[in-house]
Amino acid sequence: MGLQALFFYLFAFVAVASAFMVISARNPVYSVLFLILTFFNAAGLFLLTGAEFLAMILLVVYVGAVAVLFLFVVMMLDIDFAELRSGALEYAPVGALIGLILAAELIIVVAGSTFSPEIAKTISMPIPALADRTNTAALGDVLYTHYIYYFQIAGLVLLVAMIGAIVLTLRHRDNIKRQDISKQVARTPATAVEVVKVKSGQGL
Amino acid sequence: MDAFISTYVWPAAIMIGQSLLLLVALLIFIAFFLLADRKIWAAVQLRRGPNVVGPFGLFQSFADLLKFVFKEPVIPAGANKAIFLLAPLVSVTLALATWAVIPLNNGWMIANINVGILYVFAISSLEVYGIIMAGWASNSKYPFLGALRSAAQMVSYEVSIGFVIVTVLLCVGSLNLSDIVIAQQDGLGTRLGLPPSFLDWHWISLFPMFIIFFISALAETNRPPFDLPEAESELVAGYMVEYSSAPYMMLMLGEYAAIVLMCSLTTILFMGGWLPPVDVWFLNWVPGIIWFLLKASFVFFMFAMVKAFVPRYRYDQLMRLGWKVFLPLSLAMVVIVAFTLKLMGWA
Repeated sequence: MGLQALFFYLFAFVAVASAFMVISARNPVYSVLFLILTFFNAAGLFLLTGAEFLAMILLVVYVGAVAVLFLFVVMMLDIDFAELRSGALEYAPVGALIGLILAAELIIVVAGSTFSPEIAKTISMPIPALADRTNTAALGDVLYTHYIYYFQIAGLVLLVAMIGAIVLTLRHRDNIKRQDISKQVARTPATAVEVVKVKSGQGL
Repeated sequence: MDAFISTYVWPAAIMIGQSLLLLVALLIFIAFFLLADRKIWAAVQLRRGPNVVGPFGLFQSFADLLKFVFKEPVIPAGANKAIFLLAPLVSVTLALATWAVIPLNNGWMIANINVGILYVFAISSLEVYGIIMAGWASNSKYPFLGALRSAAQMVSYEVSIGFVIVTVLLCVGSLNLSDIVIAQQDGLGTRLGLPPSFLDWHWISLFPMFIIFFISALAETNRPPFDLPEAESELVAGYMVEYSSAPYMMLMLGEYAAIVLMCSLTTILFMGGWLPPVDVWFLNWVPGIIWFLLKASFVFFMFAMVKAFVPRYRYDQLMRLGWKVFLPLSLAMVVIVAFTLKLMGWA
């Protein structure tokens, strides 16, 4: 137990410290790199609670794909972040309000079972013990067996959003040369080469 | 005090010992794989390759190591020093960290975790950070272009690698790497009434996936013909341009560790890991690790031959192959495999 507590405080401390660095670092690339460190430590915290599947998915999705795109964009854009930051203090009250609301909601969710112990009974899908079901299988049960329609609808919403983004950004220009790979592959010597006999001393 | 030693100190010492053993063995193997790569490439081009240091040039990699370590590391004036030096460390640490879950034989791994394949997938998807950080921190045109290319390339091919892994997982029903190997003890061959043999392994029952995985592994590790991040005719040496001496060596080491990892992963997913090719007594008598090494070396030989044979892709062709060919194909295979397993009652 002592070892688990040690690792919990290690991960939690690094996660909070690097989350703070995300908003306080001057260089936006550093911010993204600290964000990655935060995700990493969050994955470590997931592992400590036994949610190994969520930990790995957090790494694959957020660190392996989303943060790569963040880094990509931050590196390529030439934004004057000092200028952006100059007016940031005006928004501090709004930020504080949002933070307060989030903190209150988190307390309600986390401490809900302490305020009203009967709330635990309303969970319709009890979490199986780690020994008799790995949490990959348990998540699969919930997502693909009990809530398959909701899960599919969520997927459909994402698909629509993706198609929408493509439609908005796709610019199909007509006046440029395009390659048709199947046409290129289908070319034969008969259609591509013309053999001409040139008489010596004469051009074509 | 005794309880403390028996619960914490001994397990920690054993784990550190195992990790050190694996790391040393792995680094020596990578040194020889690097030499093999150069030798195979040379043989295809009718050259001799490295042949001066040691018998047949066998110790060339160690001579290179000494040379890299004793040279002066040059850090460009405009570079971001911290990230410039962090990038090779990230790349080599991540590439070596993945090896903790690779089963070299039945039960031979540092950590036997339930989500082994996801761990490998997660850590290998992080390897792109070493490259992006190296390219950005160099503060120079060619490294930056190389890093952008590699980021797009690795993210694209990870998608199809992910779907290939899903088809294998559908057949196995577990994310544990040892279970994946053990599940290949019976398969297509035993269903046809044959004794357990190499016909049971996934390479034949999931044949198109095997090819897609191999090609995606080439692209994922930036190997030729997909080595566009370091295409020397266009980008000099890509993200490695500004690196010298030990940091350069660590980038190379990270790259080769990732390549050998992909070879081992192909072995585990499709070629039966440590299982002998045919179930006869004298082949069963050979230790499983020998089979594992032979199979991984064979896959590496294919990697090296592809490097020697195939001309480099153009970048748009590479993206087309990833998104328009492999992604639909692997997505369709996931559906087909799932339906087949369900309808035939094999799942």
